[in-house]
Amino acid sequence: MTATGIGAPVRRKEDQRFVTGQGRYVDDFNRPGQAYAYFLRSPYAHARIRSIDTGPATIMPGVVAVFTGDDLAADKIGGLICGWMIHSKDGSPMKAGPHPALAQGKVRYVGDHVAVVIAETLAQAKDAAEAIVVDYEVLPAVVDTAEAAKAPVQVHDVSPDNTVFNWHLGNKDETEAAFARAKHVTKIDLVNNRLVPNPIEPRAAVGEYDPGTDNYTLYTTSQNPHVARLVLSAFIGVAPEHKLRVIAPDVGGGFGSKIFIYAEETVCVWAAKKVKRPVKWTSDRTEAFLSDAHGRDHVTHAEMATDENGKILGLRVHTTANLGAYLSTFSSSVPTYLYAPLLSGQYDIPAIYCEVDAVYTNTAPVDAYRGAGRPEATYVVERLVEKTARELGQDPAEFRRKNYITQFPHATPVIMTYDTGDYAASLDKALEIADYKNFQQRKQESARRGKLRGIGFSSYIEACGIAPSQAVGSLGAGVGLWESAEVRVNPTGSVEVLTGSHSHGQGHETTFAQLVSDRLGIPIDQVSIVHGDTDKVQFGMGTYGSRSGAVGMSAIAKALDKVIAKGRKVAAHVLEASEGDIEFKDGKFGVAGTDRALGFGEVALQAYIAHKFSGQDLEPGLKEGAFYDPTNFTFPAGVHICELEIDPDTGVTKIERWTAVDDFGVIINPMIVEGQVHGGIAQGVGQALLEGAVYDQSGQLVTASFNDYCMPRAIDLPSFQVGMTVTPCPSNPLGIKGCGEAGAIAAPPAVINAITDALGHEDIAMPATPQAVWRAAQKARMPVAAE
Amino acid sequence: MTTVSLTVNGQSVTADVDPRTLLVQFLRDNLRLTGTHVGCDTSQCGACVVHLNGQAVKACTTLVVQANASVVTTIEGIAQGGELHPMQAAFREHHGLQCGYCTPGMIMSAIDIVARKGNGLDEQTIRAELEGNLCRCTGYHNIVKAVAAGAQAMAQAPLRQAAE
Amino acid sequence: MYAFEYHHPTSVEQAADLATRSEDAKFLAGGHTLLPTMKLRLAAPANLIDLGQIAELRGIQRSGDAITIGAMMKHAEVASSADVRAAIPALAELAELIGDPHVRNRGTIGGSIANNDPSADYPAACLALNATIVTDKRKITADDFFQGIFTTALDEGEIITRISFPVPAQAAYAKFRNPASRYALVGVFVARHADGVRVAVTGAGSNGVFRLPEMEEALSRNFAAEALDGIAVPEDEMNSDIHADAAYRAHLVGVMARRAVQAAAARS
Repeated sequence: MTATGIGAPVRRKEDQRFVTGQGRYVDDFNRPGQAYAYFLRSPYAHARIRSIDTGPATIMPGVVAVFTGDDLAADKIGGLICGWMIHSKDGSPMKAGPHPALAQGKVRYVGDHVAVVIAETLAQAKDAAEAIVVDYEVLPAVVDTAEAAKAPVQVHDVSPDNTVFNWHLGNKDETEAAFARAKHVTKIDLVNNRLVPNPIEPRAAVGEYDPGTDNYTLYTTSQNPHVARLVLSAFIGVAPEHKLRVIAPDVGGGFGSKIFIYAEETVCVWAAKKVKRPVKWTSDRTEAFLSDAHGRDHVTHAEMATDENGKILGLRVHTTANLGAYLSTFSSSVPTYLYAPLLSGQYDIPAIYCEVDAVYTNTAPVDAYRGAGRPEATYVVERLVEKTARELGQDPAEFRRKNYITQFPHATPVIMTYDTGDYAASLDKALEIADYKNFQQRKQESARRGKLRGIGFSSYIEACGIAPSQAVGSLGAGVGLWESAEVRVNPTGSVEVLTGSHSHGQGHETTFAQLVSDRLGIPIDQVSIVHGDTDKVQFGMGTYGSRSGAVGMSAIAKALDKVIAKGRKVAAHVLEASEGDIEFKDGKFGVAGTDRALGFGEVALQAYIAHKFSGQDLEPGLKEGAFYDPTNFTFPAGVHICELEIDPDTGVTKIERWTAVDDFGVIINPMIVEGQVHGGIAQGVGQALLEGAVYDQSGQLVTASFNDYCMPRAIDLPSFQVGMTVTPCPSNPLGIKGCGEAGAIAAPPAVINAITDALGHEDIAMPATPQAVWRAAQKARMPVAAE
Repeated sequence: MTTVSLTVNGQSVTADVDPRTLLVQFLRDNLRLTGTHVGCDTSQCGACVVHLNGQAVKACTTLVVQANASVVTTIEGIAQGGELHPMQAAFREHHGLQCGYCTPGMIMSAIDIVARKGNGLDEQTIRAELEGNLCRCTGYHNIVKAVAAGAQAMAQAPLRQAAE
Repeated sequence: MYAFEYHHPTSVEQAADLATRSEDAKFLAGGHTLLPTMKLRLAAPANLIDLGQIAELRGIQRSGDAITIGAMMKHAEVASSADVRAAIPALAELAELIGDPHVRNRGTIGGSIANNDPSADYPAACLALNATIVTDKRKITADDFFQGIFTTALDEGEIITRISFPVPAQAAYAKFRNPASRYALVGVFVARHADGVRVAVTGAGSNGVFRLPEMEEALSRNFAAEALDGIAVPEDEMNSDIHADAAYRAHLVGVMARRAVQAAAARS
């Protein structure tokens, strides 16, 4: 390992600009002559729009234009799309209601887009929006996940019972048979609480149109600018793909919420041409709460069957998933193929059957949020495993160990084939770091102080590196999920790597450069990573699902192989040797068995001056591209252990220790990987203890600011003890599994298992706020101790 | 319109502003100092923290007219002579940032913590003092490490501190 | 934010005069409640009178048996004041629990009291310490000053100039924070004075800050946490929201009161 190669904790190249305030985020871009967009949003969760009178707004100071859904329709601008087709059990396609960028006839959630005002200043746009007169016929609303299918409210005409699909996975008969054989059945009812992603940078967009060239440019807070361009051109139809440039510059966190193609950027691009000026929109936090796609929101009943030896026989799960008022870009895939295939967890479960009913409600659309489906699956499996162990009177760690999969590859009953792993190794290491053997002592010590101490496990697995295009295509995906890379070697030997992955905090400029430095043997500062601009990078699928290492870097590795192969040809000509005799090692192309060699830079120069070979036998230049399509998902897995203490007087829960032992396969930069783990845990702890989006019965979002939606703060979290085990991933050239979502997937059940352990009963839901824990503690056996 | 005069990162600035202009808007829109960010509208996230007369404040909850005749320091004003401020260097060294959006506010808050609480900061103090800054990426683990290390480094660079 | 006209008087007299002459005027103190409200377009004063440049509204004095704090003193200044720390440490500690460091560097005691947010901290201190709120026109006892949520005895255009806190024998403030906003979900200020104990509760009441006479009587007889055993806090007067329902708030009032008494009693 070199100081900057694979495995080194290289300090991030991008940090110089970020720590000095020189990062360039979308809102930092100001285009000459730009006007500002402000969206008039629905104050009602469900209403028919009888009429919209924009007249009074158009004459307000500074107003450039006011548009409604009719204007979009007149220009034949299509609606927003959902790119993953799910079929119900009966074979019928999911019921996708129309999703216009600006409402047509009806609004379906508070925050739905009614009209847009474009003005000289944002303040003027807001002033004018207040002057728009909308005549609403307010309709009853449905917000409750479990009630949606029965509610006397119809969100979309296409779906009389508000059901998007009734989907299933697994073998029902085999599962029923397993339950019939069971010695013991453990049952659980779970709510996976609705979350608001809340990257600290709110979404923003600047649309621009050049009438001279008929070119459009969109600056947008996107995790996948090429997908945005594809959808905006091919489906929504705002501009032809080759005329639309999408730039996603520095992006301040995404966590899934910036994957999707939203109304606002659609309108900004379209309106820029209409008003012949750049149009800028920046979300404020309230708008972000109302209109960013939310995450999770499942209601689940699950049962686990075990035999007389405590071996798991079967699992059956019924989940109702709230998809909100419209189907967001990938929403349908989240509670289906990103969820049920993970229900086997790390366990050898012979039979699994899962049914998922997806429903519409009058709430913000729900889509992928860090983990996307896998946290929901892990919560079901790990809560159920913990509860089963307790009911059987077995140690939760040993119960898990007994049921771990130990032989690989392992085909689960829910379409996944796990390639490799060593779950017991992670468990052993985690038990050691967590000092599990002395836990009872610490519990007693807490009890002496009147506190309830608990410990909770989470043995999670996830499917990352999405994904083989053929496989996801057969499951309904509208796109392939490969990645592209282009390696451009300059005549001076410096290298630019163009990648379809997008970094919004993950540190690609560093890790990707480490790979290049390692493979080409050149200094890391000779490498630039270019991403986030459709005019520079030909195509790419973007960053989500912990895929950039396993898929994005594999594409780069593939392109680097081609560069090296071409370099050998060049070196062979220059060194007048046979290509077969050229070895590439430590940045040098040498003739085997001699001391004749050329440095990488010399070969680069020779490739461009082309003096030593004719263009007939070898093309000049040194630039190679590659598309990498994975052959399998990757399966990061690990064990997290949460130890916490509850003050039964107030219900305050304090996490005392957090142990994470993860197997991410080969690690490029351990510093960055650990950072991803930390951030994921924080979001998972946030879900378990603090965060929850709450709509009232009329559909108003009660938690529409940081005053009511509780974000994790530094004081809410401990420092984390992070360990690693490594089983290299066999399905990609780098052995990488991915690390971005692990913490968010692992953490929630670890926390709730620890709380239920402390309380001595299972009756607590997420978020386990002080109020909820206090109430649950009233039911718990109180320790004998003075306050 | 009202005229304001203030010193920003050592430079005198005079401008006619609409009184409703927030300090953060003035910095970003008038002075193009876009390192100071806006992450919320209820004064909680701390992405907009700057120093006003040496104290950390939320520039999204301060009118620029309230900062008239004051001295403002932003994230762009703390590195000197091309060398990072010790707190900036510590955030980089300890991976105290990921997407970078909260980072300017975090660093400005961290420097203020050191000014108030000294160079030897324990973990609990740092966590408590970061109450007004939200980060969604790091889980705070490395921010806490960075602030502790930055605080120590500031003790070793007293001259630079005085220069700020 | 809607447009407004900005004024920055340098004396209380000027400020009061401006308030009388201006249509729809509001005073701007630290701005940490008013400005967010204006940003969200929930308040729209036509005239904003900034009190930030009035020297006579600043300063902290210890005079005999009282601490007097200028209305424009910031929370951070109160928290770090050696005089306050020496005379009424509970008051300094309360100031240090308000909001976050940035809020404390801008928010003022006068602004907090004049606003009388039902979950603000200072009103509890004023009530329990039997403070006197001094305005440009008169002196008002805390018992008379706080009149329900966002409602005070202040007349239109009246300006708080300073607040005078009698130094108690022992006092402490126990705060249970709203996990999201950090305002007081429940805050209990307990002060033992020569003539008895006062207990004031913020955050919990549906009608703002209030005293608990039953606790006060019990603690006046015996200033110890055990004295509160068996005293139930009535749920029907408690606030209820997604963070805490009335029963939980009522329970927390008892817990925080006991903790405040323990902390106060531990002070010599």
